[in-house]
Amino acid sequence: MSAAAPTSPDDLGRRLLARLRPGRGDWMTAGLTAVLVAVAAGASALLLVLTGGSPGASADAIWTGSLADATGWTTTLLNTAPLLLVAVGACICASAGTFNIGQEGQVLIGGLAGAWVGLRLALPGPMLVVVVMLAAAVGGGAWAALSALMFRFRGVNVAVSTLLMTFLAIQLVTFAVSTPWLLQESAQGSSGIVDAASNQLPANGRLGGFGQYPSVQWNTGLFVALVAAVGVALLLSRSRWGFRVRMVGLNPRTAKHAGVRVAALGGFTLALSGAFAGLAGGLLLASPVGTNRLQAGLSDNFGWDGLLVALVARNRPLAAIPVSLVFAVLRAGGDFLSATGVPYYLVDVVKALLVLAFVAPPVLVHLFRRRCGATPQQVAASSVVPTKVKAAA
Amino acid sequence: MSALDSTTTILASGVRLTVPLAFAACGEYVAERAGTMNISVEAMMLGAAFTSVATASATGSAPVGLAAGVVTGLVLGFVHGNLSHRAQINTFVVGLVLNALVLGLTSYLITTNQFVSHQVKVLSIPLLQDIPVIGKPLFSERWPAFLLLALVPLTWWLVERSRWGLELRAVGENPQAADVTGIKVNVRRRQALLWCGALAGLGGAYLAVGEVGSFNQNMTAGRGYIVIAAVIFGAWRLGRTMLGCLVFGLSDAMRLALPALGVTLNAQLLVAAPYLLALLAMLLFTTQHREPAALGRPFERGST
Repeated sequence: MSAAAPTSPDDLGRRLLARLRPGRGDWMTAGLTAVLVAVAAGASALLLVLTGGSPGASADAIWTGSLADATGWTTTLLNTAPLLLVAVGACICASAGTFNIGQEGQVLIGGLAGAWVGLRLALPGPMLVVVVMLAAAVGGGAWAALSALMFRFRGVNVAVSTLLMTFLAIQLVTFAVSTPWLLQESAQGSSGIVDAASNQLPANGRLGGFGQYPSVQWNTGLFVALVAAVGVALLLSRSRWGFRVRMVGLNPRTAKHAGVRVAALGGFTLALSGAFAGLAGGLLLASPVGTNRLQAGLSDNFGWDGLLVALVARNRPLAAIPVSLVFAVLRAGGDFLSATGVPYYLVDVVKALLVLAFVAPPVLVHLFRRRCGATPQQVAASSVVPTKVKAAA
Repeated sequence: MSALDSTTTILASGVRLTVPLAFAACGEYVAERAGTMNISVEAMMLGAAFTSVATASATGSAPVGLAAGVVTGLVLGFVHGNLSHRAQINTFVVGLVLNALVLGLTSYLITTNQFVSHQVKVLSIPLLQDIPVIGKPLFSERWPAFLLLALVPLTWWLVERSRWGLELRAVGENPQAADVTGIKVNVRRRQALLWCGALAGLGGAYLAVGEVGSFNQNMTAGRGYIVIAAVIFGAWRLGRTMLGCLVFGLSDAMRLALPALGVTLNAQLLVAAPYLLALLAMLLFTTQHREPAALGRPFERGST
């Protein structure tokens, strides 16, 4: 952030260490988080036992389905990419203090835009897949931008409008896929009933794999997502733009005084988060996670789960990388788990409890320290969600 | 089927679909007037629907199931209130997590349990139910539906006429000022959420042990969000909110009935109508200061 004056290596090292050293609040938060995660795991195991299941066998099934072999890894990594993209988007707008909860709809609209472009444009070679991705990002971004505009000009609550827009998006996509002239060449399937899905994306509109190592399929999507996460993390923590974004999130009034165009920046970050969600929709469409068709079920809760990933990662894009991997493990393992007879929904319970275990501690620590009569300065030093950006002390 | 008969049918199913919405909207209205944008109303309805069916199955009594639903709503209201107005976690985050948790939990438990179906009794008011067209739909319902006749005026009186309601509205409009006059802002908000939970629970339980008689996975299917839409559509006035519920209930009934009548109207448009109308209502109303000024903003002493 600050332009570093030339300093001795010693001084540099001290500053770096000072930044890394956790405060008392951070230790308490970490401890409380660990305790709550254990409680969440215990509660899930208890639920399993009460309903006649075996926690050990279930954990084993999740492991087998997600990380034990190449097939599992492939599924897990394919699931990681869209989750991470949605989460990175959520991190951006949360840093600016805007709460976007309509990712599910933005994923769908992204898929719709991508499918429409992919089926209508006949572009040669890999150009098509690039255009499909761009269209998906623009679609998701535009959908979120509608909410931004509603906030800018009529003061409509962003969280509520993005939520309501999600349900509109679901119906819009349902309409699009059940309207034969829009996304289908043949109006009727072999059974004579109109398919509730678009035609398949042509082969050059799909994302390529990255060879197989040893038989794990890498997908371009994962690289896109990782690059996005690292890029956004750098942008937020190191660039002037990122500093403005965080300033808006921490204190819009101060930001305004400092000459930041708060409304424009807030709206832009919302649209940007929508674009990331839309890109995730494009990814679902063009990678082997889906069927390369647009269906009403394309988003398959990726939007909601991505949002949860961002919450667990406390709005830090880099932390979202391992968290999205954990959520992808649960997704991939959950599918395997349901094959062994335990309903998939157990995983949903685990996910929700996990989020609570990660969201609550910082706030509780904050509350606890305030109760213990900390001075305002100490309180300010311990961080509070949702906009978790801590100035380097 | 004559036009008159089909009108009665649509009206009857419309009223039936409206009742659960109306109960929950009555609660959500109170929560929003206190400044809490409570999106976990979906969780409250769904959780209550599940426990009411489970309890009715265990005890063999549908009214007991109904009561269990109300208790579930209260518990969820308590949890939501404590997380968002004591621990000060973002209320949308709390709502999202509770919705996800209850959806997962009920979906899981319904696959591992079998329940015996129970339904509360139909109460038909003599004479009035014989009125043509509107008689059957309005005066022959499962009996809890008639509780609305008491609960809506009670809620209105509580919010608009009682001292508690005055303080509640103050908390929703200007929590700082309310705090200065000695009102415990976050306590009032938690109380409002309890009222919301009880009524949303009643709505969800009514759906399960009243209309349907059993529990299906995700049986509320976004009704909680429609309830929020109804409160927005009603511009944070109780009467208009109830009207909104009726409009949404009827549009849902039309969606189900129109294909059978041979009328083709876009089904997706009818499903999307509540959300579309709510967005339009927000576009119209928010600049007229109809919404509680502190809606969705947490209150913490000493912060501005």
